Amino acid sequence: MGLLSDPNRRRALISLLTRLNTPICLVCYMAGVAWFMGLAFEPFTLRTYMSENAMGSTMVEERFPAGERALATGREFAAHKKKVGGMPVDWLVKTMQARGLEVFTQSFSRTLPFPDENKERYMVKGTNVYGILRAPRAPRTEALVLSAPCSPGDNNQAVGLLLGLAQYFRNQIYWAKDIIFLVNEHDLIGMQAWLEGYHHTNTTGMDWSPLQGRGGSIQAALSLELSSDVITSLDLVLEGLNGQLPNLDLANLFYAFCQKIGVLCTIQGKLQRNDWDSVSGYSHAVQTMMLMVMKQASGRPWGDHGLFLRYHIEAATIKGINSFRQYKTDATTIGRLLEGMYRKLNNLLERLHQSYFFYLMPSLSHFVSIGYYMPAFGLLTVILLLRALDLWVQLTHIFTGRYLSIYSACIGNSPLLIKYVSSQQSSPGVLSVLTPLVISHLTGVALYTLPIRFQEMAVEHFPVSETEAVVLTAIAVYTAGLALPHNTHRFLSGEGTEQGWRVLKLVAVLYLAVLLGCTALINFSLGFILALTLVPVAAFVTPHIPKVLSAFILVILSPACTLLFSVFFFQELQEMPVSFQDGWLLYLSVISQGILDHFLYGSLVYPLIALLVYPCWLLFWNILFWK
Amino acid sequence: MAAYRYGYSAVLFILCGLSVFLVTNGQETILTGDDGAAAVDSPQTVTETAEQTAEQPAVEERQWEVTEVEEASPDEAAADKQDASAPETLVPPSVPRPKDDFQEELVIRPLHSGDIYASFQFRTLWETDFMRGNKVSHYRLFPKSLGQVISKFSVRELHISFTQGYWRTMQWGQPFLPAPPGAELWVWFQDSVTDVDGTWKELTNVLSGIFCASLNFIDSTNTVQPSASFKPLGISNVTDHRFLRYATLPREIVCTENLTPWKKLLPCGTKSLQLTELPLFSLQAGLAVLLKSEKLFHSSFHSQAVHIRPVCEDWQCKTTSWELRQTLSVVFDLHTSGQGKREWSLFKMFSRTLTDACPLASSSKVYIDITDNPEGEQFELIPATPLLSQAVVLGDRRTFSVYDLTQQITFGAVRSLNLLIRWKSTEGDMLRPLLHGERYVAGYGLQTGEIHTLMYNNHPYRSFPVLLLDSVPWYLRLYIHTLTVTSKAKDNKPSYIHYQPSKDRVRPHLLEMLVQLPPNSVTEVTVQFERALLKWTEYTPDPNHGFYVGSSVLSSLVPSIVAMDTNSTQERPLFSSFFPCKEESSYFVRVYTEPLLVNLPTPDFSMPYNVICLTCTVVAVGYGSLYNLLTRSFQIEEPSLGLAKRIANIIRKMRGVPPL
Repeated sequence: MGLLSDPNRRRALISLLTRLNTPICLVCYMAGVAWFMGLAFEPFTLRTYMSENAMGSTMVEERFPAGERALATGREFAAHKKKVGGMPVDWLVKTMQARGLEVFTQSFSRTLPFPDENKERYMVKGTNVYGILRAPRAPRTEALVLSAPCSPGDNNQAVGLLLGLAQYFRNQIYWAKDIIFLVNEHDLIGMQAWLEGYHHTNTTGMDWSPLQGRGGSIQAALSLELSSDVITSLDLVLEGLNGQLPNLDLANLFYAFCQKIGVLCTIQGKLQRNDWDSVSGYSHAVQTMMLMVMKQASGRPWGDHGLFLRYHIEAATIKGINSFRQYKTDATTIGRLLEGMYRKLNNLLERLHQSYFFYLMPSLSHFVSIGYYMPAFGLLTVILLLRALDLWVQLTHIFTGRYLSIYSACIGNSPLLIKYVSSQQSSPGVLSVLTPLVISHLTGVALYTLPIRFQEMAVEHFPVSETEAVVLTAIAVYTAGLALPHNTHRFLSGEGTEQGWRVLKLVAVLYLAVLLGCTALINFSLGFILALTLVPVAAFVTPHIPKVLSAFILVILSPACTLLFSVFFFQELQEMPVSFQDGWLLYLSVISQGILDHFLYGSLVYPLIALLVYPCWLLFWNILFWK
Repeated sequence: MAAYRYGYSAVLFILCGLSVFLVTNGQETILTGDDGAAAVDSPQTVTETAEQTAEQPAVEERQWEVTEVEEASPDEAAADKQDASAPETLVPPSVPRPKDDFQEELVIRPLHSGDIYASFQFRTLWETDFMRGNKVSHYRLFPKSLGQVISKFSVRELHISFTQGYWRTMQWGQPFLPAPPGAELWVWFQDSVTDVDGTWKELTNVLSGIFCASLNFIDSTNTVQPSASFKPLGISNVTDHRFLRYATLPREIVCTENLTPWKKLLPCGTKSLQLTELPLFSLQAGLAVLLKSEKLFHSSFHSQAVHIRPVCEDWQCKTTSWELRQTLSVVFDLHTSGQGKREWSLFKMFSRTLTDACPLASSSKVYIDITDNPEGEQFELIPATPLLSQAVVLGDRRTFSVYDLTQQITFGAVRSLNLLIRWKSTEGDMLRPLLHGERYVAGYGLQTGEIHTLMYNNHPYRSFPVLLLDSVPWYLRLYIHTLTVTSKAKDNKPSYIHYQPSKDRVRPHLLEMLVQLPPNSVTEVTVQFERALLKWTEYTPDPNHGFYVGSSVLSSLVPSIVAMDTNSTQERPLFSSFFPCKEESSYFVRVYTEPLLVNLPTPDFSMPYNVICLTCTVVAVGYGSLYNLLTRSFQIEEPSLGLAKRIANIIRKMRGVPPL
């Protein structure tokens, strides 16, 4: 800091930074991207290891014998489900009671803000059934949850296995925590209702009946999805609501038991490869990590476990995958795996807290911790700070230049006069900054509120369905926002000056830096993807560049187009490329899903984009058309 | 406000008085029957017996034995014991009356869920006086360790329980002796004690040694003085709650190291004979042989307790004697016992059979609750017993098969008693308990939360008042203005509230309320709290486990099930059935809710080094230099002029021209 307090050296440093600003920014951007890509390279990552001592070794003897019987129960469940045409509540209650559980039901109903066309539901009514295995000699203070969604098509095997495990677990004496076996209807909506009921909160305005039985504070939860009698591999899903992740020890536990029992395990549907030094091996790891980044950035729960994370309950979804592979795993083995995991979780003395909560996984056995990936993001945001510094310096130069001219003009040189003059100089600046800020945020508010508000009107006047109406209104408001600010700009009294746009850009750049910084702290992936596209925009935009070309680039790098590219990129990563037509439809459904996620589960991505990121981007758009 | 409250406490007092009256009233009828020692104890029983014989001649050879009401809930039992025990100990005057007396019994109740509930009670009665500094030095049956505690700390009443597990009221019904999970201790001191808190502290430390439990963790931060919920159970004229201390340790884990010292207090409990004066008998005898830890802790619920109180020696209550009652309750689980067969035997439960009674015991009995099984259609009892007994337990008239261990005939030819209960059908419903409670923490995040306490009144048409006692540690800062009591979606105004706010690190919150529960309803009490940030030395070694909040206590006079019986078609004398209120019209019940586990905001203790390094760096580099920049005054240094200029300036100065 001696550097800064010495005016000469400070001046030298500042002139260096302003003179080399563009090259430094370019280097930072390159370095940020390179750093990020390097994260997937195996020698740079850490091996996963179990941090929690209570789950240290996998020395549990798994004895679950009844896989076949569980599958038979699953078939029985399927038959009853077909007969009832929904959740066979009575049958489930009876079956769970016969297994010695305390059984309770919870009914819930929810009307969606607009029909969900992917799952074809609008007015949802359902019942959750759960049975509690009371641990002997435990005071009902802690619980574990095993859940299986009852979805219309499949997942019968999961329910069967859940009931089989319930029966087996009930006969064991060693439980120290209550175990709650939950079959939830309408997947995430049912889960949301159950969790809200359990914690007696209401964050999303759902109607549910209060729960009758509880097991204290839930320590961990697993959600099970199986749709075939035999599987080839088990996939672990970690990404939850708002990009929250469970403690890494839960993933470690799953991996440890898969290794022990000899089940193929995947993450993001990708098997682990050993050839990290080959190009294909590296690109495989990059793909796996990018899939995780994309899923996390979407902020939606990728399995029923995703909603638990809000309540500080470590949870994951285990999916059985049946592909064309020789080696098959039967239900008994999966049961043994789950038994082992639950016995380990049962041993927990404290909540899972030892390991990381912020990480990325290029494979199940390797992880990138927050300390490793944050520099990539830091390198990108430093560009914004450098540009801000540059602008600040330019602004002070302009000011001091003016002062000097005024100074030389008035020989009387009273400080009062200077103050007066400078305030006169900057007052149009404040107004010219404030107006675009307010206008762009009002556009953001419109983008957030109008689609739901005007769906009925849109349906009346246009031949579209409600869902289409919402999505198209959103896109219309978004596009309209592009036209608004530079039109209103003319109404500004103090017409655009050189100094005016610089002040506005300074504010916008700092705003973006704070916004991205906060986003990345909560959801790194979202922050990083936004930084990747918005930082170049923020860095290069001025009113003096070719209008048409830069407008095109600006639109390409706007949040909506980022989302469009992400959709294609995600499909590409999943090795399911789509045509442009399908991609566009997918894009529309992704928008509607994002809005639904916000209203149903409280996902924050939609309001974040609509209320903060989009207005911020509009500010840059405004600068481009500054006159 | 104060007058208002006193008005309500008066109501409360009347209520308590009424309960005592009712109980003693119920007692008298039994006493009159007892004197005769005949098969008649009350008109009611006569009719019952008549019915029984009329319906089933096979039962005819069964003989009705009269017993005093046993195993009622503490308050009722209290009143019971002080009167009912007197006739029991009456012996012909020719025999020199022993100064002390020991009784043991085991009650087994098959539960509808297929589980089985076994409750041991051991009672030592000693006609002596520990009070007023009376030195007692000769001990026979009464354990000396406890006797010394009583006299040293001037204890009037002492109740201590250790429980592992939670009593599932909805599956198992009401227990004979309710106890909260963990350890519970409540003590009434004599009014001669001046420094109650000091004595309490010493007493907890001594008891901690006697019972091998961490009772020494009881300090002022978890001790309260309930004003109404815990009244003395023995004879007493002190009801000033200044002399009462109540504390729970919900975290306490109960295991064999607590069982062994508890067993040592029994006259026939352990292998090490305390009583050398007695002739040698088999080292362990009586019911105590069943107390094997490997089986007792292979169960769903385990609770052991010690109750000491002064009781009346005879019904005139001229002299007092001290009663030590040791109880142990255990529930065995149907499913975890293996094979899943609905069959229980003493051997399967305890891995022992009974071969004799404790030679020191004046009475030694095993009771099996056969109320739901009058004709043996539910389960089969082998060997059958001719002895039957009836008692009103928890407002319900129950029938018991009795095995008297002092009679050789009980053990049969094999000289060992292995009771076998074999289910025939799984049908049958349990009568829902009239009162039960639940508690949970609502909300998410680590800043605030809400405690919900639910009280269920399952009575179809009668409402009754319930005393709720909540003791919450100081680190949950209750927002008492958010306290709401609602039943049936309407505001339910408690008629009595006693609230003592907490003091940080000194004492907990104490909240006592008298709430009227409407019939067939759920009453919900909610209060919001804020989670305090502790000092770093105040965290437990496992802070991420969470912090416990003890059970809340619901004490109530519940309308009896017998009184609920409106079926007037039953055969009974007309004169007995006009007024709906009977002698047992209400009974005392204490229900404990589950304890809570609450997470507090916890720093990451696993990386103190990182934290120290980071904070030091931030403070030194960031703050230090910023402070430096802000406080330093900057001056622009005049650049030093060259030699030529200086000379020029001197010349100019001499010429009177301003310098360059």
